[in-house]
Amino acid sequence: MTEETMIDIRNLSVTFRPGRKPVKAVNGVSLSVKAGEVVALLGESGSGKSVTMRSLLKLHPKGTLIEGAIDVAGHDVMQLSGRALSDMRGATVSMVFQEPRLALDPVYTLGQQIEETIMRHEKISRSAAAARALALFEKVRIPSPERRLKNYPHEMSGGMLQRSMIAMALACNPKVLLADEPTTALDATVQIQILLLIRELQKEYGLSVIFVTHDIGVAAEVADRIAVMYAGRIVEEGPAVEIIRNPKHPYTKGLLGARVELAHGRDRLITIPGAPPDLTAMPPGCAFAPRCPQATDICRVDVPALTAASVDHSVGCVHYG
Amino acid sequence: MISVVEQPSSDLAVGERGGPAQPLISVRGLVKHFPVKGTGFLKPKKVVRAVDGVDFDILKGETLGVVGESGCGKSTTARLLMQLMSANEGDILFDGEKVGGALPLADYRRQVQMVFQDSYASLNPRLTIEETIAFAPKVHGVPAQTAMARAHDLLHRVGLEPSRFAGRYPHELSGGQRQRVNIARALALEPRLVILDEAVSALDKSVEAQVLNLLLDLKRDFGLTYLFISHDLNVVRFMCERVMVMYLGKVAEIGSRYAIFEETRHPYSSALLASMPKMDPSERTLEPPLSGDPPNPIDPPPGCRFHTRCAFAEPVCSEKTPGLATVSAAHSAACLMSVPGSGHSRAPVMAEA
Repeated sequence: MTEETMIDIRNLSVTFRPGRKPVKAVNGVSLSVKAGEVVALLGESGSGKSVTMRSLLKLHPKGTLIEGAIDVAGHDVMQLSGRALSDMRGATVSMVFQEPRLALDPVYTLGQQIEETIMRHEKISRSAAAARALALFEKVRIPSPERRLKNYPHEMSGGMLQRSMIAMALACNPKVLLADEPTTALDATVQIQILLLIRELQKEYGLSVIFVTHDIGVAAEVADRIAVMYAGRIVEEGPAVEIIRNPKHPYTKGLLGARVELAHGRDRLITIPGAPPDLTAMPPGCAFAPRCPQATDICRVDVPALTAASVDHSVGCVHYG
Repeated sequence: MISVVEQPSSDLAVGERGGPAQPLISVRGLVKHFPVKGTGFLKPKKVVRAVDGVDFDILKGETLGVVGESGCGKSTTARLLMQLMSANEGDILFDGEKVGGALPLADYRRQVQMVFQDSYASLNPRLTIEETIAFAPKVHGVPAQTAMARAHDLLHRVGLEPSRFAGRYPHELSGGQRQRVNIARALALEPRLVILDEAVSALDKSVEAQVLNLLLDLKRDFGLTYLFISHDLNVVRFMCERVMVMYLGKVAEIGSRYAIFEETRHPYSSALLASMPKMDPSERTLEPPLSGDPPNPIDPPPGCRFHTRCAFAEPVCSEKTPGLATVSAAHSAACLMSVPGSGHSRAPVMAEA
């Protein structure tokens, strides 16, 4: 591990065992994020993007099988458990969730919740923690912060709650911020405010950010690099500009081609036929082969490995080019 | 021989009587206030002004898009149109006939159907999808066998092979497939108008594109009219001939797609357009076009409701409420900057009579 690598995931597989049929939601994902870098995990629902990210904090239900190696800021996450894991959560790695209303406790004020977070990780008096909470609310630009700290979650709008969530995530000066579709539930006008805020704070704190989204536009607004996931695997990874201007994998090409923005004057959209595969019954070979216009026999036999298309752009397709 | 003058034109089907130029739906002065908890004792009773005086037309065969932030009243407008709740004030005319007046509600409901955002919550989990689709025709007196045959035909039309899917329950389908079932159900009564309330918002992008194509095909084949509610302006731009922008229960701007997207007059519409994420990482947004959240519709600001967030606001904006002013034949905006002689420094000069 080089010095500036903050997150290093190697060959991660996550299998849920809710009933008789095990579901392999993540299937051999490797990803590394440098210090101060923003990586977007882009994919449709069920592609394993959220599961990959939650593995960094081991936020999976009991009995979930996690294989592979995860290294975050020098901690070997796979070996952590109990107290050591709790010490890392929130202090080194913190997370912003999609639904702030579900992630915040409805019976405590926002101020109490932020103070609790700070006091859990640092030996600090309540009044000092309260002062930190106020500074954080000012940082995320919540109007009249003193009054807002005394509010309960139900008294605030979605945009304000998401700002509070970000404030809470930053409370203990983490090195890594995980954002799980933090703007999906928000209006477009508020979404762009939150995206700009995350970008600004990321620069200021030098955070490494993993940003999970299904919206290419959002990824283009925040990310330095984009990793595209499909059916539990990363199929393409590279700098944001490269991925958007010069996609190599047929799935990425399909996603970018299906955008409605491109359809001016046309009366039909180009679509990717079919639907993502069932994770309990994955096809052998490339998971995208059944929907892929370029698929040949070899695609249905072997899973293509990620190969370098250029220095920092890799593609998991035998036909790329 | 003298024929009866007041011959009701009921020999023509509902929705055909007014001729092609008559708007399919005309909404005039629609108001819906929701009372907020509280007795009104000692304090004035408070209401949420969800829809506060809205006028618009839906022309025959068009797709009218409705955009706006959450809480602007787009879904309430749709529910009022569906008569899922009754309006406090205002009239809905369907093809020139007053709904609930000249046109009985049962006849109207057959002509107007709706597809909701949550595909799972809007299906009965205990009915197979063929039963779901055949349900409404049976209620309206279609024989069971005919209704079932129609259901199979519709399933085929929305791309779900009846032999594979007809007997399935909603939980056995994916989100995109469920939304196709909802669309088929909406078409089962052969309506003229289909209200699509964020119908594709919950779908993945690649599935969304498939469903949008399906909607376009169905519109052409069945001669439908759509009211298309969405927060995704790119989708609205693709789907709709005309667009209505709503803000805090009022219409901010309404006009053709070209007028709204290329000749935007209302500052709120411009801000909405500027808020869309850019696809090019080298052209990232640097300043948020709007700050803060929309104000509370319980206590909307006086005058123009947008003046608290508007970059061009002047003192006159908090005093005068702008009405919808005609900008061109196919374009109106509710902004003092578009009203001649309104007192706003950017308003056009009043033409000399």
